[in-house]
Order: sequence, then C-alpha cells, then structure tokens
Amino acid sequence: MNEKPKPPIQIDKMDKEFLDTIIKAGAEKINVCIQCGTCTSSCPSGRRTALKTRQLMRKGLLGLKDEILNNKDLWLCTTCYTCLERCPRGVDPTDVILTMRRMAVQAGNMLDPHKRVAGLVIKFGHAVPIDEATRKLRTTMNLGENPPTVHAYPEALKEVQEIIKKKGFDKLVCYEWK
Amino acid sequence: MDYALFLGCIIPNRYPGIELSIKKVAENMGFGLKDLPGASCCPAPGVFKSFDHATWLALAARNLVIAESLGADVVTMCNGCYSTLKETNKILKNDFGKRNEVNEVLKPFNKEFKGTINVKHLLEVLYNDIGLEKIKGMVKKPLNLKIAVHYGCHIVKPTKERENIKSAERPKFFDELVEVLGAKSISYKDKMMCCGAGGGVRAAYLDTALDMTREKLENAQEAGADCIVTPCAFCHLQLDRGQIEIRDRTGTSFNMPILHYVQLLGLALGLKPEELGLFNNAVPVDSVLKKIGT
Ligand code: SF4
Ligand code: SF4
Repeated sequence: MNEKPKPPIQIDKMDKEFLDTIIKAGAEKINVCIQCGTCTSSCPSGRRTALKTRQLMRKGLLGLKDEILNNKDLWLCTTCYTCLERCPRGVDPTDVILTMRRMAVQAGNMLDPHKRVAGLVIKFGHAVPIDEATRKLRTTMNLGENPPTVHAYPEALKEVQEIIKKKGFDKLVCYEWK
Repeated sequence: MDYALFLGCIIPNRYPGIELSIKKVAENMGFGLKDLPGASCCPAPGVFKSFDHATWLALAARNLVIAESLGADVVTMCNGCYSTLKETNKILKNDFGKRNEVNEVLKPFNKEFKGTINVKHLLEVLYNDIGLEKIKGMVKKPLNLKIAVHYGCHIVKPTKERENIKSAERPKFFDELVEVLGAKSISYKDKMMCCGAGGGVRAAYLDTALDMTREKLENAQEAGADCIVTPCAFCHLQLDRGQIEIRDRTGTSFNMPILHYVQLLGLALGLKPEELGLFNNAVPVDSVLKKIGT
C-alpha cells in the first residue's frame, strides 16, 4: 500500500531519436495521430486481447523505445487493415505496426513460433510444406505427388536458400543450417 | 487467354482439392492455366513482411520472374499470396532503386525482374476478365443455397493498394459472383471481419485466432447460412480446420461447411463433388450437396 504508483509515462524513458527512427523506417505519418481511438475500436483482435492500437501509436510518438521493441502485443495484429481504412488522419496504423515489428525483429525480439515458420521457408521453401497425408491425397487426385513448386525442383529450393543467405535472413531469424 | 497459376503453400500442401477444382473449372470455362515451375511460398505477407522487407521483396520477385518468363499474368486463390505478389509487383515496377537491389540478388540465377505482367486474384479474373454475364450463361446447376460470403481482408484492403476497390466496408463483387450462380448471399453480423489467422496470429496465438473464427462462425450460423464461402485458401483453412480446433478446446461443434469459391463455382458449372475435392475438408459438406441435390 505504501508503494508509490508508477507514473504512466517516465520522462527519462522517452527517446526522441527513436521516434525519428520509426518514422524513417516506414511510419511516415505517425505524428499526425490525434489519439481518437478509431483504430482501437475497429480492431477485431483488440476486442479480446491486450492489443491497443491507439496506445501503440502513442508509445511510438513518445519514443518509448523499450516498450515498443519488447512489446508482445505487436504480434496480436492480424494485419486486417481495418484501422488503416478507418483512421481519420491517414496514419496507416497497420503499416506503423509492421514497421515496429521489423524493428523488434532487428532488436532480436522474435517469437519462437515465428522463428519456426521462418525456418520452414528456409528449409523447404514453403511456410506450410507438404505432409504425407497430402502427398497421398494428391496422388489419388492425379495431381502428382509433389506440386510443381520448389517441392518438385530441388535446384529451385537452392535458389531460394541462396537468396535468403544473401539477405542475411537466416541469421536474422537465428536459423541453424544442418 | 492463359494465366500463370500461383499455388502458394496451403492449396497444394493442405487443400489440393482447391487445385483440382481450378483445373477442372478452367477447362470447363475455357481459359488456360500454366504451372509456375519452382515457385516458392509467396512469402506470406503478415509474417515475412513483418520480419524483413528486403527478403520478402526478393523472394516474391523470384516468383514474379518465373511468371514473367511464361509471359502470363499471375492468378492466385489465396488473399495472402495476392497481397504479397500484387504489392511487390507494384513496388518493383515503380521503384527502380529497389528493383536494382533485387535484380542484383537474382542475377546469379539468370533471373531479372522486368515488370511485364500483372497479378490478379481469381475473383478479378472472373469478375473483370470473364464477366458476370458470361458466367451466368455457363451455369448448369443453379444453387439454391443461403451463403455467408467471407471476403477475407487482403482481397480488398488496403484500398490504397487495390485500384478496383473503392470502399472496404461494403464491397459487392464477391456477393455478385455468388448470386450469379443462383445462390443467395445473406447479410450477417460483422461480415467483413477477419477470420483471425493472419499476421502470424495463427502461428503465435492460436487461441486468439480461434476466438475470432468462433465469432465469425457464430454470426454466420445465427443468420441461417448453409455454408461459408471464401475466396482465400488461408481463410478456408482457418474456418475449416479451425472448427476442429475449436471443438477440441471448447466442445462446441459448428458443423458449418466451408467452400472455396472455386469449388462453389464448379458445382454450379455441373462438375462432380469428387472433381472439386469436396470430400477432403475437415468439416463435411454433405448438407450442402444434399440441399442442391447432388
Ligand atoms: S485512428 Fe488514426 S488518428 Fe485515431 S488514434 Fe488511431 S492512428 Fe491515431
Ligand atoms: S490491422 Fe491489426 S491493429 Fe489494425 S484493426 Fe486489424 S488487427 Fe487491429
């Protein structure tokens, strides 16, 4: 009871340069946000989760770097774009969230399931690779056991992997080549 | 006219029935489809675009270049693939700096993005290239069904990247494509709401994704839908397999048949359910087949 309540915003946590970095990275219009909350009230994810789109915009504007880069709520957005369509100021909140996500990934904050999905593309060239049951099903449908994608062209998979290496994507998502 | 069929991941690797359907439907309607040999994941917009923009762009460019070498416009049946390929195609057509960067990466594989083709969703091919009148004339079996159409998100949004879409709040083209087959597109609560799967939410927060799916299913059921029809393979998976996941978690069974639009179209064209892979869904579609008398 004697503990002093934590102030909602700590001045020493505000980092003006971080705001500039977000803007340069793709959130060009974040600073015209008027905090009306249309985004939050339109959000199908926020209705049932901790995701508060308006608050993310505010945290970005205040340059609360740690709160953005370590924010798991960023990953609750389904990228449905409803907020982007309805924002009266043209902030493009979905694009801001995608920018924040990329910055979080750069800072090494990627969720494990997402590392796994990225790993599947690196390994197989498909985020959802084929499984035994589907191979069988394809055969009964006369579609060919493997689709005419990277699954049927090993040299094409190599290309995909080379591109990934060249872009450093394997390192970014901590992929271990075996 | 020939189109380059971009399969993506979900269709060939989970729902080959949708792949079979488009082949049969194209044959029946008289348009050609070419395979895209060696294509990969688009890669998925919600996740890959969220991880690294340059890798997303480069892998998508590789897929686009394969289509360019065939000289055919791309057709997709997944809103996610559509969004990635349409948006990267536009970026690379207009931003020469980005195009050069990508071409540098593709050069060792004798690939170069030239910007010679367009990316279309199957619904655009049907609505714009073929047209409602022509489709109407091809219907052999009008479908007496009450259908909850689920557009999904990325087929209409963001509208700043969708030159044919004026508003994402009440689009009509998909309803018209359903009604031209003799069915009724019913109105239901929050029709334009997301299925819940996108943006990496299905991968990281399955319960959250499924809770959105539950809401969609409830709304469609309350409105008396015989089935939900979607133009997107990922929504299809979420709405179909999601019902099994919801049942296993909560005990609630919706038994709501889910059809991809190409399968519904196939039925109206008089194709057999086996030719449309309709027996391979997680939730059986028997009630739909019974109602239309197949
Ligand atoms: S809708 Fe737009 S202006 Fe309103 S709070 Fe959200 S981002 Fe800011
Ligand atoms: S795009 Fe993301 S933040 Fe915006 S309404 Fe959709 S789920 Fe919410």
